[in-house]
Amino acid sequence: MNLEYFFSLFLGGLTRGSIYALIALGYTMVYGIIKLINFAHGEIYMIGAFTSLIIGAALAMSGMNPILIFVLACLAAIVYSAAYGITIERLAYRPLRKAPRLSVLISAIGMSIFLQNYVLLAQTSDFLPFPLVLPNMKFLKPIEHMMTTTQFLILISTAVVMVLLTILIKFTRMGKAMRATSQDKDMAQLVGINVDRVISMTFLIGSATAALGGVLISSHIGQINFYIGFIAGIKAFVAAVLGGIGSIPGAVLGSFVLGLTESFGTGYISSDYEDAFAFIILILILIFKPAGLLGRKENEKV
Amino acid sequence: MKKILAFLLISLVAFSAFAAGQGEGGTIRIGVAGAHSGDLASYGIPSIKAAELVVDMYNANGGVLGRQVELVIEDDVCKPEVATNTAAKLVGDEVVAVIGHICSGATKAALGIYKDENIITISPSATNPPLTKSGEYPNFLRTIAPDDAQADVEVSFAVDTLGLKKIAVLHDKGDYGKGFAEFCKAQIEAKSGVEVVLYEGIQVGAVDYSAIINKIGNSGADGVIYGGYHPEASKLVSQMKKKNMDIPFLSDDGVKDPTFIKVAGEYSEGVYATGPVDTSSNPMAIKAVEDHKAKYGEEPGAFFLNAYAATIAVLNAIEKAGSTDYEAVSAALRSEYVETPLGKISFDEKGDAIGVGFAVYQVQNGEYVELK
Repeated sequence: MNLEYFFSLFLGGLTRGSIYALIALGYTMVYGIIKLINFAHGEIYMIGAFTSLIIGAALAMSGMNPILIFVLACLAAIVYSAAYGITIERLAYRPLRKAPRLSVLISAIGMSIFLQNYVLLAQTSDFLPFPLVLPNMKFLKPIEHMMTTTQFLILISTAVVMVLLTILIKFTRMGKAMRATSQDKDMAQLVGINVDRVISMTFLIGSATAALGGVLISSHIGQINFYIGFIAGIKAFVAAVLGGIGSIPGAVLGSFVLGLTESFGTGYISSDYEDAFAFIILILILIFKPAGLLGRKENEKV
Repeated sequence: MKKILAFLLISLVAFSAFAAGQGEGGTIRIGVAGAHSGDLASYGIPSIKAAELVVDMYNANGGVLGRQVELVIEDDVCKPEVATNTAAKLVGDEVVAVIGHICSGATKAALGIYKDENIITISPSATNPPLTKSGEYPNFLRTIAPDDAQADVEVSFAVDTLGLKKIAVLHDKGDYGKGFAEFCKAQIEAKSGVEVVLYEGIQVGAVDYSAIINKIGNSGADGVIYGGYHPEASKLVSQMKKKNMDIPFLSDDGVKDPTFIKVAGEYSEGVYATGPVDTSSNPMAIKAVEDHKAKYGEEPGAFFLNAYAATIAVLNAIEKAGSTDYEAVSAALRSEYVETPLGKISFDEKGDAIGVGFAVYQVQNGEYVELK
């Protein structure tokens, strides 16, 4: 029971939490705007990882600086995934805007299955090594056994993305339009907000964060395959629900709660029950706060 | 008077039959028992063919000790209750040794009978560990590695070769990985001066393993044994190396796969994994398979090479012992090494084949290399 061990578990939990947060942000944003659980979100994350791998491998042949390759591959993944996000919304969700919510949900699940199998066929079913790694940062050397460069990078990126998103939503015109759409779609349209554009924008931002997560997390794990999006997506979804789906600070908080619970549970009890800890926490929180930690209570219109 | 005469006559006939069986001029009988019909026939029939091929080969060269070898084939349908009858029949046929049985359960049922009659039994396929390890059946040997052999090889390598004292045993909670880890744990606990400092299952597919890696570090382990497959192993290995945790990582056949090296890349260097000893380039194995194809017109089935090796081992031991005496043959099996399709083998005190089973491999320059 020493302090250093506690601290390394804490940092491990924070990394895990940031990983979940990068994916959970997309879930929660989309849910906040159109009340849809976008099951294809995990696949966007996976496509981001694949894109950066392909672009990175192509750039690596030119013998560029690894940091530059990493940044370029990251940007390519973000652009490509954002395009996927918008396209999915156009093809699979917009035609169903007036349909019951269940239909859109089924459409999302279909999209998820389609994308997984598309990558499976177009790429491979094998695990692929993910070679895009950044050189170790010097100032992390003394605490490398507790926190590696990628872990550090994941933490920082999550913080930056969260701050940027908060600023975007709180202080920009687009943010104001998003909040208005979220509150009442019809009313927002009446006052001249282009709701379709706002929704597309939401998908674009959500997909971009997922792609960033895909690159960072894959370089942390060091391997990818077509199925990574599903597993990571499920956990991130749990984190979003835990924090109160629809709320951006909630998604981040929920992710950290989940990550820390799993890390301490593994560290002090047993990793045999890692998933059990995650779901026990979820159940406990939903019993006492059904809308999640920071979720708003919603009156069901019956 | 007539009754007494009949009795005498019968005992005379019986006696002469006995004499024919064991006499110098008669054949040496070897039993072949196992599942020859029913659902599991495909496990048993290749053994008959293997025994036939070996016996034909010996007989063509003048037999063993100048006597021809004769096979007595009996079916046990892989059922313990049938296996006792099969064994009784073979005993009645006065076999000197049995190649079989195939299934562990049936083998165990039959073994008691063979033990009382001092009949050597070599199974090509019964992998249940206690059959040899309990020491209950000194007449039993096998040419296949027992279920826990891989853990045996792994643990003795970790402890005796690498000199590890505190071992963390992890597994993926699956049947294969957890079973392997359990055997390893039991093996480590049976040794003195070595302890299992951590025994845990990890979450398959998790995005991050830093918590469990911190836990390994905190446990003070000087080595990790992992039971499972390569995707998790490569994540564990690379995350450990990234955290500058440089302790040996040992794993199993599920990790002895080129994909592991491909995915873990430079981090895979130095990782140990156990895997079956490679027999594909053994010239005797190639010849045995060719002979099988020539005689039966098809590829041999399961446990063919193991049964082939078992038959050779028994005939060789009889030849070396110079008689079919149980004690002499039993000693010869344990003292003589014999060339078989599985390599050069002999048997240890308990009856497990030495030289059959698993070897330790290490990743060196991006390739698995067998450590001798």
